[in-house]
Amino acid sequence: MNIEEYKKLVKNMSPQENRLKNILVAFFVGGLIGFLGQFFIYFLTESFGISIVEASRWLCLLLILIGTIFTALGFFDTWFSKLKCGLIIPTTGFAHSVASCALDFKKEGLITGLGANFFRLAGSVILYGIISAFFLCVIRVMLIG
Amino acid sequence: MASIKYKNVYLNDYYTVVGPLEKNSRLKSYDISLDDYYYKENTFELAEIKMQKVVIDNILFKNSLKTKDIDLLIGGDLTNQISVTNYSAKNFNLPFLGLYAACATFPESLIVAANFLNNMSYKRILTVTSSHNLTAEKQFRYPIEYGSPKPHTATFTATGSVATILSKIPSHIKIESSTIGSPIDMGISDANNLGAVMAPAAAQTLFTHLNELKRDADYYDLILTGDLGCVGSEIFKEYLKINYNLKLKKYLDAGCELFLKSQGTYAGGSGPVCLPLVLFDRLICLGKYKKILIIGTGALHSATLVNQKKSIPAIAHAVSLEVLD
Repeated sequence: MNIEEYKKLVKNMSPQENRLKNILVAFFVGGLIGFLGQFFIYFLTESFGISIVEASRWLCLLLILIGTIFTALGFFDTWFSKLKCGLIIPTTGFAHSVASCALDFKKEGLITGLGANFFRLAGSVILYGIISAFFLCVIRVMLIG
Repeated sequence: MASIKYKNVYLNDYYTVVGPLEKNSRLKSYDISLDDYYYKENTFELAEIKMQKVVIDNILFKNSLKTKDIDLLIGGDLTNQISVTNYSAKNFNLPFLGLYAACATFPESLIVAANFLNNMSYKRILTVTSSHNLTAEKQFRYPIEYGSPKPHTATFTATGSVATILSKIPSHIKIESSTIGSPIDMGISDANNLGAVMAPAAAQTLFTHLNELKRDADYYDLILTGDLGCVGSEIFKEYLKINYNLKLKKYLDAGCELFLKSQGTYAGGSGPVCLPLVLFDRLICLGKYKKILIIGTGALHSATLVNQKKSIPAIAHAVSLEVLD
């Protein structure tokens, strides 16, 4: 059996993930977070009279706080692996990745451990986020001025 | 010739410690178990070192032996630079050989020990193997608290440690022969499907073993692979059928036999201790199997080389055991 034939055999014999189920779970969980977030924004704008932009910033901070505290309490990874992209795509995913790295390396020193590995998973998001933001700004300036 | 027969090499005793999840698994007769992954230590690595130290101390105590009665310590684990075994070995002041064959470390240590006993003036050799779910997670996969979604083909590294004593003094387990496998790479680079990576290596070693010793697969009461998992063991059977025209009747996979379905361990257990735990604490104690062929399977996985788009090679070593009355 050559390599190509073997790869085909493995593909046929490995159980496939239930994509439809994963998509639906992610859609509803992600949607629920968005739904609750919208309520939170209404609450802030109505009760405190701040703008929607400002309220969205507070929402973002709240999601990061919740994600980090739940990760530190040790049950967020179970939710995460069950709810998949429903929790990864919102800011909770970012907070979870940073907090879990910090927990892993805290015993290897503040500089060599925690500091050096803090953005181990989230580093790519930050780097490519900044680069794409820069290019989008350039395009925007060229088109709109 | 990759196969070697031994005249009088015996496995005198074994001692096992298992983790919190393995405590409630299908294992029956382990010696001690941990209540939590820290084992009263500060980090998971230190917990794994302590597990190894405890099994070595206890097996020596159980057999009324002192370190001066042991000629050689052989061992290995999954961590980088097999640091766990190195750090536990430094406590004993014994001649020490460290091995790495990923999850095939246990049969590899038996093979090395059996050859030393067979061909040299060594009298008694101690082997030790361990793995810890969370040190392995941290090193090979994602941070411990990171809940990355896993596919059904992923396996779960078992936590535990096993020490054995081998000598020429007859006892109820005889090491009859062994086959040293050669690394094989079938182009799979999916670290979440290590069963598929290792299946061809296991098949090749099994075929070489049967061929060189001129045996039939039915010669054995049980053929036990290390940690192919439920997906990998099906691929293994299919690959054997297509490539070597071999059909196994009495076959089990330790990865599949370790955990209960309800424990949510995806395709089953893995890690260097998976095979010895299932062998000693679940199968040998049944007394049903007399001739057992264990095939430890190791995925020689390096995260660096996988990131450099290289596929994962695998190795498998076989040891034939005879359980005597």
